[in-house]
Amino acid sequence: MYTLSLSLNQRAALLSVLMLVVGLLVWEAVIPGQKAVGELTEYEILTGAGAPKAGVPLPSDVIAKAWEQLSDPFYDAGPNDKGIGIQIGYSIYRVLTGYFLAALVAIPLGFLIGMSPVAHKALNPFIQVLRPISPLAWMPLALFIIGDSEASAIFVIFICSIWPMLINTAFGVAGVRDDWVNVARTHELGALKTAFTVILPAAAPTIVTGMRISIGIAWLVIVAAEMLVGGTGIGYYVWNEWNNLDLTSVVFSILMIGIVGMMLDAMFGFLQRRVTYVE
Amino acid sequence: MKPYLSIEKLTQRFPDGAGGDMTVFEDATFGVEKGEFVVILGHSGCGKSTIMNILAGLADPTAGSVIMDGQEVKGPSLDRGVVFQNYSLLPWLTTLKNVTFGVSARHPEWSKANVEAHSTKFLAMVGLDGDVIHRKTSQLSGGMRQRVSIARAFANHPKLLLLDEPFGALDALTRGTIQDELLKIWGQMEQTVFMITHDIDEAILLADRILLMTNGPQARVAESVEITIPRPRSRTEIVEHPNYYAIRNHLVQFLGKRSKELAGQPMQPGEMNKPATIRIDKTTPSDDPEDTQTVLRAVNS
Ligand SMILES: Nc1ncnc2c1ncn2[C@@H]1O[C@H](COP(=O)(O)OP(=O)(O)OP(=O)(O)O)[C@@H](O)[C@H]1O
Ligand SMILES: [Mg+2]
Repeated sequence: MYTLSLSLNQRAALLSVLMLVVGLLVWEAVIPGQKAVGELTEYEILTGAGAPKAGVPLPSDVIAKAWEQLSDPFYDAGPNDKGIGIQIGYSIYRVLTGYFLAALVAIPLGFLIGMSPVAHKALNPFIQVLRPISPLAWMPLALFIIGDSEASAIFVIFICSIWPMLINTAFGVAGVRDDWVNVARTHELGALKTAFTVILPAAAPTIVTGMRISIGIAWLVIVAAEMLVGGTGIGYYVWNEWNNLDLTSVVFSILMIGIVGMMLDAMFGFLQRRVTYVE
Repeated sequence: MKPYLSIEKLTQRFPDGAGGDMTVFEDATFGVEKGEFVVILGHSGCGKSTIMNILAGLADPTAGSVIMDGQEVKGPSLDRGVVFQNYSLLPWLTTLKNVTFGVSARHPEWSKANVEAHSTKFLAMVGLDGDVIHRKTSQLSGGMRQRVSIARAFANHPKLLLLDEPFGALDALTRGTIQDELLKIWGQMEQTVFMITHDIDEAILLADRILLMTNGPQARVAESVEITIPRPRSRTEIVEHPNYYAIRNHLVQFLGKRSKELAGQPMQPGEMNKPATIRIDKTTPSDDPEDTQTVLRAVNS
């Protein structure tokens, strides 16, 4: 007798595909398609219904759009018409620049806070006040002080990704077991050597968790920041297509935002698995 | 002349959690000679690990000082190797890397191949070889971890070897093998060993001298018992030595009864908290002219 035996992953994948198909079908079914101009009554034409009207696009439209965009992602036809690849590229560039600068500050500072109770107590009030501020609230100040919109967007990314990295680094470093530090001490390792060969690997899982949270937040914030500063980037692209009433492009770019975010997260997930250890 | 390692009026207090202080030990004073093998025995919680941490330079005593080779111990040093009670391996490193970690700290000028060869040799000495040394320490059994920790300390040939119950997690057979290795290394390298154990027989087998601690709090290093059994000693033969049971009975008596009776006794003013030296030797003819054991002694030595 034939029995269908699938692994857990296979069953889950099958279920995912099934949900996707059902979801798309329902979407396609509930949205009333736009009638072709030829089918309109005279009255409808007179009232302007014939003009292209913003409506929620059908999945098939989005797929067609995706095909069109992804087959030539890097075209550049002027300030308001660039390929999706270029727009995403700009966003990633800003996210990574701001993020990298934040890591450069947060990780050493987190080490300091984690190792020195005085530094912890002294800096904690500032962190507690600055951390809950929405990164976008900094935008006007950044635009005024920095002037440049590009640099302001990067600053906003910097300020939003610094906190999880800072707090997790401090927490991870403070939690390194004394036993391990004692091993370094009995082997007469210097401060720098101890930091790199004992404290960093011991705290790495916590630090990378902070980095993973940060990159997620940075990617959330860049879309909003680019909507505000305009010019280029995926956030600007979404807003621009909304102004053009091209909802198909809006839906398509929303999907792209999700996919890029997922890939950024996966990178850090990979890093996290690399540095995790069992005691 | 001061002994090689001199522990002078060492006092350790900890906050007792109720606003006051708890004295672990007070004014403890004793010495260890160069090349001597000293074992410290005492009940759980009396402060053995605390003393060892101070000797290692990892903790500062509340009062008193430790002087080694004429120099006050301030902070840890590669000259004082430690096998920690809880092994203290670095879990993100492989077994081999845990040992090379120590060896490359001791010999920064050695080549990588040299460091690995030396480390592999000491791992093999404690019975770890093959692909097990490339596994993370979290994948090892408790006894295997303990052996990695021993290999790490032995490989560095410190002048003073501090061992905190180094064989506690080992089965009798492995324990025996590693005890022999320890004695071999100690014999070759002119090392001084300070070891904590709970095993009386192990202490008699290994030690030149056994320090006995009373129960805590306010523990004292009350006695220093000389092990008057000539070396080399073998596990099976020492039990036949006339001094063996006399010493063993003395130790059992102390741990079973007197450690409790002597516990927490306030010291006389001016009294130094120095251990009384106990020498039990049934083989000395002058003690008992009729003692036939003298013959046995001749056989043994
Ligand atoms: N950091 C500390 N803070 C407070 N009390 C401590 C601290 N370290 C040790 N103690 C106390 O000091 C006493 C001695 O502890 P220690 O670890 O030296 O015992 P031990 O003789 O090594 O015991 P065991 O044989 O169980 O290992 C215990 O009562 C313990 O509670
Ligand atoms: Mg202990």
